[in-house]
Amino acid sequence: MLALRRPSVLPGFGPTLGFALLYLSLIVLIPLAALFFRSADLGFDGFLRVVSTPRALAAFRLTFGAALFAALVNAFFGLLLAWVLTRYRFPGRRIIDGLVDLPFALPTAVAGIALATLYAPNGWLGSLLDKVGIKVAYTPAGVFVALVFISLPFVVRTIQPVLQDLEPELEEASASLGANRWQTWRFVVFPVLLPALLTGFALAFARALGEYGSVIFIAGNLPGRSEIVPLLIFIQLEQYQYAAAAAIATVMLLASFVLLLLINLLQRWASKRHGE
Amino acid sequence: MTKTSSVMGPPPPALTTTTEPPAVRRALILGAVAFVALFLVMPLAVVLAEAFRRGVGAYFDAITEPYTLAAVGLTLTAAAIAVPLNVIFGLTAAWAIAKFEFAGKSLLITLIDLPFSVSPVIAGLIYVLMFGAQGWVGPWLIEHDFRIIFALPGIVLATVFVTFPFVARELIPLMQDQGTDEEEAATLLGASGWQTFFRVTLPNVKWALLYGVLLCNARAMGEFGAVAVVSGHIRGVTNTMPLHIEILYNEYKFAASFAVASLLALLALVTLVAKILLEWRYGDELAGVHRMPRGGKA
Repeated sequence: MLALRRPSVLPGFGPTLGFALLYLSLIVLIPLAALFFRSADLGFDGFLRVVSTPRALAAFRLTFGAALFAALVNAFFGLLLAWVLTRYRFPGRRIIDGLVDLPFALPTAVAGIALATLYAPNGWLGSLLDKVGIKVAYTPAGVFVALVFISLPFVVRTIQPVLQDLEPELEEASASLGANRWQTWRFVVFPVLLPALLTGFALAFARALGEYGSVIFIAGNLPGRSEIVPLLIFIQLEQYQYAAAAAIATVMLLASFVLLLLINLLQRWASKRHGE
Repeated sequence: MTKTSSVMGPPPPALTTTTEPPAVRRALILGAVAFVALFLVMPLAVVLAEAFRRGVGAYFDAITEPYTLAAVGLTLTAAAIAVPLNVIFGLTAAWAIAKFEFAGKSLLITLIDLPFSVSPVIAGLIYVLMFGAQGWVGPWLIEHDFRIIFALPGIVLATVFVTFPFVARELIPLMQDQGTDEEEAATLLGASGWQTFFRVTLPNVKWALLYGVLLCNARAMGEFGAVAVVSGHIRGVTNTMPLHIEILYNEYKFAASFAVASLLALLALVTLVAKILLEWRYGDELAGVHRMPRGGKA
């Protein structure tokens, strides 16, 4: 170990790194490895069979589809919110800025029952939507609404710092060279924001994929129709189908790892852009 | 966010070349406010409205009911164990990572963030696969009459997992920014490791530590999915507040369910306000924290 680190006069490297690695291994790495090993019990064919049942495929489609739509909606409104909050001054701005973090702070079960009640056929919003023939609660649309709520802060919070650091000179130069406001926005401002926007989008998508608590109350949870993957894992576990639960979880975990890698690359791109 | 607050004050004079026409501005503000009202304010309002639907008396009956009090007690106990564990981990990991140069550091930072990208249900599942009746060490645990799954240790483990990165994530970038000069000076002047840590390092990071603890605690008390998998839902024994909300809701005791939910919503609001105050008052001392987004719920 000594050869792998730069010498320092400070004490405590061995014990602190040792403890951190031990704790990380015990809490995170070994249990996650247990998941992979358990799903490997099935063998390759068994694994494929478990994760490609019609019920599992429907759950994958719903989860990935709803998460993607929710992340897209949040990419648009997140950009709008970040822009309005950093560029304009209006009454209530500080309160709205603080409220953006609400989905981070509000427990998912609380969000779940609140959204289910709000969008139920007799709820404040559900009754209005019911009149025009739209049903949200207990349908796949409910999954989408819950995922929009929980992944709302990501895009706002990734774009805000970039917008704040954006030098006004860039826009002034663009304007003085004859660009109109839309051209300036489209060709000067937007390209600077793009890496942060994509990072926020990927973070929102990743978070929405794994969400459980806020969704199950509003989704209705009909197998094959409004059942999300995390719920399917839970149900398999309750029926003592440990290997099946582990196999489906492994697919989700691999998706998370790919997203994590993508997010790291995006952040590297963003900070390079940002630093220029 | 910290920067926004510091540049508050009178709005800069509007130059038509570097801002939008007033009508566009108003439309954009309106769109943003409508989105926030629809997706953030309404859910919060519905929690309060439903909690007090049957009146203040019913509200207090619901939150002083024995099973509710047991759930509150369990939630506080689990958080009181999980949060300090993650504080100790956060401080040791940050010390090793920020004060020393060694191979594999960025991999270690990535691994610390890993729990943010794992679904809460999977977080619970991995402990069932380890310690459940059919798990790796489950049979040995049963032989020795020690329960982890469907008991407090499992709930604590699941909570530790989902809140794992919070404290470390706040401390590492800040302590990296601060460098090692002050600690080296203290050491060369003869301070012991502990003296250096308690008199130099800790005072430098105290607000960031508090910030991390706040976020960690809010998540620990509110965690639902991971805890639901390992708890077994034994009322009065392994039922935390979020699980109790689910049970009451599924029994159509909506007012009681929302009454318990309002307590957690209050915790969320207090956390948000404390967070805003910390960012506003000690923004510079939290530096680095908001530069890069985090991969998880805060």
